[in-house]
Amino acid sequence: MIGTLLDRFRGLKSFPRGIHPPHRKKLSEPRPIELFIPKGPLQVPMVQHLGAGCTPIVKPKQEVQYGEKIGDVEAFVSAPIHASVAGTTGAGIVAVLPSGRRVPAITLTPAAEGALPVGFLEQFLDRNWDGVEPTSFSPEAVVQGMRDQGIVGMGGATFPTHVKLKRDPNRPVDTVVLNGCECEPYLTADHRLMLESPEAIVVGLYLAMHAVGAKRAIIAIENNKPDAIEAMRRAALGRPGFEVAVCATSYPMGGERQLVWAVLGRTVPSAPKGLPLDVGVVMINCATAHCIARAVVRGMPLTHRVVTVTGRGVARPGNYLVPTGTLFSELIDHCGGLTDEVLKVVAGGPMMGPTVPHLNVPVVKGTSGITCMVDAETAHWVETPCIRCGKCVDNCPLHLSPTKIAHAVKFRDYAMANQYDMMACCECGCCAYVCPANIPLAQYIKAGKNQQRLMAAQNKK
Amino acid sequence: MSDAEIPPLPEATPAAKPVPESRSEFLVTSAPHLAAGVSTRRVMFEVVLAMVPLFVFAVYMHHARAVVLTAATLAGCLLTEVLANAIRGRSQASLSDGSAVVTGVILAFSLPPSLPPYMAFIGGVVAIALAKAVFGGLGQNLFNPAMVGRAFLMVCFPAAMVTWAVPVPLQEIGVDATTMATPLYAAARNEAIPAMSDLFVGTVGGSLGETSALLALIGGLYLVMRRIADWRQPLGVLAAVAIFAAIAHRVNPAEYEGPLFHLSSGALMFGAFFIATDYVGAPITPRGRLIFGFGVGVLVMVIRVFGAYPEGVMFAILIMNALTPLIERWTTPVPFGGHVAAA
Repeated sequence: MIGTLLDRFRGLKSFPRGIHPPHRKKLSEPRPIELFIPKGPLQVPMVQHLGAGCTPIVKPKQEVQYGEKIGDVEAFVSAPIHASVAGTTGAGIVAVLPSGRRVPAITLTPAAEGALPVGFLEQFLDRNWDGVEPTSFSPEAVVQGMRDQGIVGMGGATFPTHVKLKRDPNRPVDTVVLNGCECEPYLTADHRLMLESPEAIVVGLYLAMHAVGAKRAIIAIENNKPDAIEAMRRAALGRPGFEVAVCATSYPMGGERQLVWAVLGRTVPSAPKGLPLDVGVVMINCATAHCIARAVVRGMPLTHRVVTVTGRGVARPGNYLVPTGTLFSELIDHCGGLTDEVLKVVAGGPMMGPTVPHLNVPVVKGTSGITCMVDAETAHWVETPCIRCGKCVDNCPLHLSPTKIAHAVKFRDYAMANQYDMMACCECGCCAYVCPANIPLAQYIKAGKNQQRLMAAQNKK
Repeated sequence: MSDAEIPPLPEATPAAKPVPESRSEFLVTSAPHLAAGVSTRRVMFEVVLAMVPLFVFAVYMHHARAVVLTAATLAGCLLTEVLANAIRGRSQASLSDGSAVVTGVILAFSLPPSLPPYMAFIGGVVAIALAKAVFGGLGQNLFNPAMVGRAFLMVCFPAAMVTWAVPVPLQEIGVDATTMATPLYAAARNEAIPAMSDLFVGTVGGSLGETSALLALIGGLYLVMRRIADWRQPLGVLAAVAIFAAIAHRVNPAEYEGPLFHLSSGALMFGAFFIATDYVGAPITPRGRLIFGFGVGVLVMVIRVFGAYPEGVMFAILIMNALTPLIERWTTPVPFGGHVAAA
């Protein structure tokens, strides 16, 4: 509370509670985005989004062009998959997603020559968007373009963007918030994109505004990225309704409930039902906005994304433009390989990212980073008794009582856990971060939520 | 749904657990992978650190007695912890978490300096055995162990517990007696009370380590700034005492001392910052902690003004400990965005 007031006094957007983990962004922050073209076969999963999985529409041993659609499905909540390189398809396999989920995938061997169009990186980071008038596209065309080019939320949730941005007359949207907070430690992919291609992000944001009929756009960036704030300010100059909100560097600033409150003062109803849409807000990640511009204006599919490879466990950290389906192993090899001390490989950042058991895992649309952590930079969850210090309650950005929920889950009393609103948890991990007793609180709560979902599904049968 | 029907947890324990080598090259754990690194032991160490000035002052005031008494309670606490762990078949890991040390020091500070060391030792034994171990050890106790130990001694050795030795520095400046009344006892009997400056600095008769409101305030503010102790309990205690004392003083200035006297005397400042802020016995909710502190303050004043005892910090803490589960239930925060909507 006092911290929030101080932030307000300094002119920063902020939210009460939350934590301040070490940033550790310096490892990869200064390194410009570099294109990576894999040599070996890619595993392109048919499920890279929330919703119905795609069916392959190519045969094995078929030549495919870059950007050709290779998987699609009729369902509304889904997104098609495109060939991320030109090459030859292989047999259908089962790939392990970074989340651990096993899904059908197509192997794709890149062509030796011309796997990607000439000048792909320059085209991807193209800063010349002059003369592009987003209002010349109809909202329907914008949404259709997103659906056709397979755009999903690239902050990690991978919810199909055309579903999120479809106009609903019953739930009008007045503001689109661009999430450029990147509050996860280590990750710098969004930061680099805002520095190197801010104009495309602004055009994408404008298209999103236009699609939902919002009059206002707020670009939210944490104050630890002054160069990105400056770049986005310049890119948004002269666009009516655009503003840049400088946010305090506080985790989880990029959480939708925290950010909507910080920049607009509106309270999004609790999960799992509540959405920013309930308070007239849509939030999109800056990488998503970048893709929207490329998809709608230039007809480019979502085949690549910027991935931060970082941590003390990898030889050459950096930010790479990577085709989806690229195996972690190949990308890490390109980065000089893992050091001997590596302990964990995290898909995403260290606060919310899942660990992968091995590197035979493909980069997908929601993979914002690969954090290779050595023993010294990770936490060790040696659980000791709860001393009821209340720090988890003090720091929970959703005002829950994590220790109560975790203990209920530990004793499998899910009714009790629900009494303490377990399902409202956003899994940000602040509770486990601050716990002096080293109790993996967030991990218990996540296990409880999974169990609750399983039981709910069983009850339906 | 009976227990048998509940399927097992998706992950047996969410804690770090390496997957067998054949399947996994890396450690597989659930996020987060970072922690602040402030351990229970660190917290307890900081609390002890904040009490060092008070201990130095106690040695200045009571010389060897301060060392002997503190050693006696610490021995009682630590030996009982070892014994309890052995009986319960637990490892002796809890010795190193520092919680028994904190209990021992707080108990020693709350005792009369002239108390025979064997009584202090018994206090330490009772504090750990009856208030902590029987409830299941660290984090499980309902009542503050040090205060339970002190209450036990009050019942068993009532005379020794209200005999206050004259501090050595006062003897040196010519107080010709072996025992004296504490400022609170004097005030209760409408006798002369020491100067406010002496009271605040702590050069008066009283418990071993609680007389210096100044040093308790300094140590307490250190804990609050380090975010080891919450500011809500001390604020609640001090506010309640100040308000209550101001009203009582206004009603009858001849009978009741003012807020400054009450804030500086007895165990109040020490209690507000070091005893009321004890994690285990206080609510985990922020609002609950403020209510807890306020309740302690009100009860202290009720006992001081209307009770038979001149001081009431110990009883106030124990009573509020008993109310903690109820306060916690009343003050559980509503989730940001409201309670989860029914499915």
